[in-house]
Amino acid sequence: MKNVLEYLEQSARLFPDKTVIADADTKLTYKELEDKAKCIGSLIISKLGLPNETARPVAVLMNKCSLSLAAFMGVVYSGSFYVVIDEMMPADRVNVIFEALSPVAVLTDKEHFETAKELKLSDDGIIILIEDAPDINDISEEKLSYIRSTMVDTDPVYALFTSGSTGVPKGAVVSHKNVISYTSWYTETFGIDSNTIFGNQTPFYFSMSVSDIYSTIKSGATLQIIPKTLFSFPIKLMEFMNERNINTIYWVPSALCIIANWKMFQYAKLDKLKKVLFAGEVMPTRQLNYWIENLPDAMFANLFGPTETTDICTYYVVDRKFADDEPLPMGKACNNCRVFVLDDAGELVNPFEIDENGFSREGELYARGSFVAMGYYGNEDKTKAAFVQNPLNDKYPELVYKTGDLVKYNKYGELVYITRKDFQIKHMGYRIELGEIEAAAGALDGIKACAAVFDADKDKIVFVYEGKKYDEKEIIEGIGKRVPHYMLPNAIVRIKSMPHNQNGKIDRKWLQANYESI
Amino acid sequence: MEELLALMREVKPGVTFEGDDDLIGHGLLDSIAIVTLVGEICDEFDVEISPVDVVPENFKTVEAIYALITRLQEDN
Repeated sequence: MKNVLEYLEQSARLFPDKTVIADADTKLTYKELEDKAKCIGSLIISKLGLPNETARPVAVLMNKCSLSLAAFMGVVYSGSFYVVIDEMMPADRVNVIFEALSPVAVLTDKEHFETAKELKLSDDGIIILIEDAPDINDISEEKLSYIRSTMVDTDPVYALFTSGSTGVPKGAVVSHKNVISYTSWYTETFGIDSNTIFGNQTPFYFSMSVSDIYSTIKSGATLQIIPKTLFSFPIKLMEFMNERNINTIYWVPSALCIIANWKMFQYAKLDKLKKVLFAGEVMPTRQLNYWIENLPDAMFANLFGPTETTDICTYYVVDRKFADDEPLPMGKACNNCRVFVLDDAGELVNPFEIDENGFSREGELYARGSFVAMGYYGNEDKTKAAFVQNPLNDKYPELVYKTGDLVKYNKYGELVYITRKDFQIKHMGYRIELGEIEAAAGALDGIKACAAVFDADKDKIVFVYEGKKYDEKEIIEGIGKRVPHYMLPNAIVRIKSMPHNQNGKIDRKWLQANYESI
Repeated sequence: MEELLALMREVKPGVTFEGDDDLIGHGLLDSIAIVTLVGEICDEFDVEISPVDVVPENFKTVEAIYALITRLQEDN
């Protein structure tokens, strides 16, 4: 196996008439998806010609729907790689992405043609309309198979743009080998098979959706796209999940918290749901415990990783009880993805050297192996800074990914997340991890969501929360039960609704800049 | 009605809700805004909104939200 299209072709042989993907209004069977993808691939080749020993970037701009998947696979058939552009992305952000990407084409539909025309394409960039795809009987199988014969597993499948700390998005280039290694681990570990029906929450421009998409196609499973508006109406959301027989979800914690904060299991059940996986931000333990109480037989797993390791590098299947203010571990490395920890001095942290508090020394997390992406598209500087020669190997070239995450081991040998290296702050001379303050706030039962941010100019830790109105004193006392005095917040702000960024995560940058005006 | 509009403007400043016939479809009320708005309505109008009432029909327009509040107040 060397190409993700083999997943599609094999499942189309085994399950031709089975639904592979559905949204609220439309669906595609495996056979239909394969045919449409080939038609779109042919269309792209007819416009761009054959690739020249380098995969070309094609941006895909359309609604999130069943046909999106055909567009992605079509781009791969054409020997190009895809970059998902969401219709709701601000034009400025898209143009910044396009500056780095210089896409040779934007693949879009009639509905988004005007939007596509507004974007800054490269000089010879063209717009390709999906509606112009030829009929399946008119495609050139010869050209498709020629292109296929030129492809290797280190060719890119897609590039995913993530916000860099400087605000300039970086496009992680992910290869067939990355996706295939990653998907093998994912399907084996979570028992994804042809009976799996995913309820997809995450946008297609977010790495988590890669797990939904490729483990579906590999296994002959079904992917149900949950309409975004349903997350406003929890009862409708649960009805939809039951109607579509969804048995597996892989959501961001903020989405799981919607159901927990409304205490929705009083009103509806999710009897068919057997697997609840989450990643992307810290899952608050109180809300997780609510889910576990109500779905005692389901599997719950905390996944951790950056887009640069395809999606995930460590995971923890919940196998013991956690108190509401006790954080979940990130667990252990995935199969075929090795992780290790280097301390400030560059020394390897030994997982078995545990102190009296039950933890190892802390350090930065590195990842190596087949999940590690190829680098950032068109950005040599950022690539060199993050994809580095393995510091423990000076004998042959071996690139590893420096995650920028601070972690340590617990007494079970599991990794525990501390914070982003960038989030670690110096306050009153102490080194502080803001994430610990947030975890400590789990003791306060009226808090639905919270974030600790640091105003470096004023040397203030600011604690922002959404939920029941507390006296500041109560909050300080609650947090003070778990953290030392120098970590107590200097300002407390109650916010009506926590701001979220495009991926549905809490928008910390905004909070940091705007907390005074809330 | 004015009181409700004032609340909505507080939750989502700078948005014109009046006259819009599909607040959700047009993205004026997203999931986070609805959760917040429901909390605010419960406090301000002294009603209990159960999640069973949090359905698109009741949040499609300002009038629909107001009708829901009125109905819940009468039930009290």
